[in-house]
Amino acid sequence: MTCTEFLAMLDDMIDNTVSREMRADLQEHLKGCEHCEVTLNTTRKTIEIYRSHEIYEMPPTLRDRLHKAIMERCKKGC
Amino acid sequence: MATIQSIANENEPHPDVALVERVKTGDISAYDELVRKYDRQIFRIAQHITQNREDAEDVMQDAFLKAYEKLDQFQGNSKFYTWLVRIAVNESLMRLRKRRTGRMVSIDEDIETDEGSVPRDLADWAPDPEQNYTQAELAEILRKTIQGLPPGFRVVFVLRDVDGLSTEETAESLGLSVPAVKSRLLRARLQLRERLARYFKRKKVPREKGVKSDVH
Repeated sequence: MTCTEFLAMLDDMIDNTVSREMRADLQEHLKGCEHCEVTLNTTRKTIEIYRSHEIYEMPPTLRDRLHKAIMERCKKGC
Repeated sequence: MATIQSIANENEPHPDVALVERVKTGDISAYDELVRKYDRQIFRIAQHITQNREDAEDVMQDAFLKAYEKLDQFQGNSKFYTWLVRIAVNESLMRLRKRRTGRMVSIDEDIETDEGSVPRDLADWAPDPEQNYTQAELAEILRKTIQGLPPGFRVVFVLRDVDGLSTEETAESLGLSVPAVKSRLLRARLQLRERLARYFKRKKVPREKGVKSDVH
């Protein structure tokens, strides 16, 4: 397996949607390719960091204000 | 969409189905529940697309109001949330268009780029690299980094990886094909990885020779 072929399967590897045989091939490639191993691990880390850090937090006061405005208009039939 | 229909038939009805039914019979408190359940996600999606706090506030209100008005048109073939996201994405794109004085804005824009399709920065990252930054610094790095992506990549990454929608649901929300979502997701992930490497990669350890010459 080449690095290009590995890269084409990167998302499936991360999302765990590869067959057992394909996974074995991908892991075999990883054993001998430090670059692809770094790419896989750091891409996983990228996703994990974005998933675990809310960068557009909605402050409770804003949330209450918007929520109230929505419900008031819904009650009036919009 | 035969697959979505068959999945819906196989599984238990989604809890939102009962809430939507209650709203349709005039029980407004059920809509209150739906708003509380999804307002944070809708706000986040709107922020990511518009990149403007005021626009995101407007989008959030308009999306929930429009969904309420159109609730009769919601057939239940897809999840309520996927349907709501589609409305919010369209509202967000409308805001962007207004701000850019009528210039066409779509999620297909600016995707003709090869950036990030081949990993270039191959240095490993420090273990738990986010711990080298304060929460505020990290948030700024993450915001700046994702803002540099084309809108069509950004929104796919947010729906799929941050919000946790499936590839099919993401495709449905954005009106894209499944292969288009897959190709954008890979490019978005790789571009973000490449850009974050600047901040997170392992610092180079001075070579032995360099250390010695410093001593002398």
